[in-house]
Amino acid sequence: MAKSKYKTDFRVIRDQEKCIKCQACVRMCSNDVHYYDPETDSIILQEEKCVGCHFCEDLCPTGAITVKREIPEIKFNQHWDSKDVYNIIKQAETGGVLLTGMGSDKKFKEYFDHIVLNASQVTNPSIDPLREPMELRTFIGRKPDNINDELPPQLVLETPIMFTAMSYGSISLNAQKSLAKAAFEFGTMWNTGEGGLHQELLPYAKNVIVQVASGRFGVDIDYLENAAAVEIKIGQGAKPGIGGHLPGEKVDQEISKTRRIPIGTDALSPAPHHDIYSIEDLKQLIFAIKEATRYKKPVGVKIAAVHNVAPIASGIVRAGADFVVIDGIRGGTGAAPTVIRDNVGIPIELAVAVVDQRLREEGIRNQASLIASGGFRSSADVIKAIALGADAVYIGTAALISLGCHLCQKCYTGKCNWGIATQDPYLTKRLNPEIGAKRSYNLLRAWSLEIKEMLGGMGINAIESLRGNREQLRGVGLTEIELKLLGIKHAGEAW
Amino acid sequence: MKKIVAKEEYCMGCRLCEVYCATKNSKSKDIIKTFKSEAGKLLSAIFVEEKEHITFAIQCRHCEDAPCVYSCLTGAMYKTDKGVVLHNKEKCVGCWMCIMVCPFGVIKPDLNIKKIASKCDLCLDKEVPACVENCPNEALVIINK
Repeated sequence: MAKSKYKTDFRVIRDQEKCIKCQACVRMCSNDVHYYDPETDSIILQEEKCVGCHFCEDLCPTGAITVKREIPEIKFNQHWDSKDVYNIIKQAETGGVLLTGMGSDKKFKEYFDHIVLNASQVTNPSIDPLREPMELRTFIGRKPDNINDELPPQLVLETPIMFTAMSYGSISLNAQKSLAKAAFEFGTMWNTGEGGLHQELLPYAKNVIVQVASGRFGVDIDYLENAAAVEIKIGQGAKPGIGGHLPGEKVDQEISKTRRIPIGTDALSPAPHHDIYSIEDLKQLIFAIKEATRYKKPVGVKIAAVHNVAPIASGIVRAGADFVVIDGIRGGTGAAPTVIRDNVGIPIELAVAVVDQRLREEGIRNQASLIASGGFRSSADVIKAIALGADAVYIGTAALISLGCHLCQKCYTGKCNWGIATQDPYLTKRLNPEIGAKRSYNLLRAWSLEIKEMLGGMGINAIESLRGNREQLRGVGLTEIELKLLGIKHAGEAW
Repeated sequence: MKKIVAKEEYCMGCRLCEVYCATKNSKSKDIIKTFKSEAGKLLSAIFVEEKEHITFAIQCRHCEDAPCVYSCLTGAMYKTDKGVVLHNKEKCVGCWMCIMVCPFGVIKPDLNIKKIASKCDLCLDKEVPACVENCPNEALVIINK
């Protein structure tokens, strides 16, 4: 057969008893799943176009719509998944690289789910965070070797959670504004990603980490001087070793101004920095930026967690970075080849543990802060990462979910119904930054409260005392080598 | 007096304000019943204007110098002390002069009973008008002047 019919992944069920034909779904679906036929006065469905973003379901005033997952069936097979088969069919028809968005959804061992936390019983008192002060304040930056030495520039965070790099281009200005405002109000950091700093976001610049990536988009002296810190991006967890590509159709006037590229041109970020082929080259860029900002701002480096992550991180710290960001395999993206996203990199839990361990062994742990990122789903993941050795974490996907994202993974199509990963003026206005800021602020608040509760349970009253405190962690169902790499004991073993 | 303000930059054009306004103005106050059995959409006093991606909801502006009040020959359209323009169905004879003179086109006729079908009363019986309460993107807000 020459052509196969495209299979649907979702079944859209419309309860005719409840449907009042208000057509909100027809007007709102950017994928044209719902269609009103005036001849028959009915709403017709084109389910094969549904991406499962659940926007219509949330909007429907009578709850008449249900979007259900319906994976196209093949004969039962332990080796060949329906997804594999239909991916091949798609590729046989198009001859292209399969694209996807967000973090890897592949079944890897979730180490966070195999780690449990400690609590105080009898021999040491637990603390009630509602009655006693609990300290989450976190300082990011190089700490002096001797306590009497001058303190290098630090970022002060009121919670060890920051918003990760998501560029204006990959997400809408309203989405960035939401996060910027929330970070500003909460006292944490947001990150521009490689897309420049838009004029309208300058009021939130006190809390921004600006990125200098391989495309150098939007980088000039004002960009560096406006920021609280600068981050050199070498790689990201979703696509280690791969560059970026913002398609020309998304580059409108505002993006063109912010990125400093002509309207309608593709914004291509090369895979490597063409001036960085070694740690020594990286050192040059770090110090070029430090020199430009008069040594007043922390300068960090972001890398994807790969096999050699510990020695690379050690090199980065020795090159003068004030913080190192490690992005694990679950790290998200606006667009990446599926095969890269799902198969390249290592889990963040292991990466953080080995990097922290290595830096301690070499006696340079104080020289840089360690930021973990990539797939943090709850405050428990955050606190475990901190106990494994991270100073703070970056959240991206979780932040977007607070803005409405339902993880449909179609960011690369630019048709995000939630107004997040799109530049279409019909869609971007759906994200009201006032609401977005409130919601992402609430997320930070909720997670911070939960972290305080968990800390209190352990009898710890400052997040500083948990940092790298792996005695508070125990593994469940982990092998010896996994426990060794994570540097934790198995559940049941006492101190 | 409270005023409903439309934030055009966040109105996504879903028209749910119309749905909830109609429900509020219906006899049953039940959304499904309003649209399945009563005259449904006719009851909405709010209208979404759209041109390309620019959309916003408009309803009676409660003009200071309201032409509909001047032109009403039976006094059905009147203005309260607080400046809210209201409509008394009992007195309405269906001449539709108010519709002719309304500069915003926000009064709707009921063709069957030859009266005025709907006109925004600012939901005076509620604290927050139905359209503001249910706008999913907070593109309609209420300000007190």
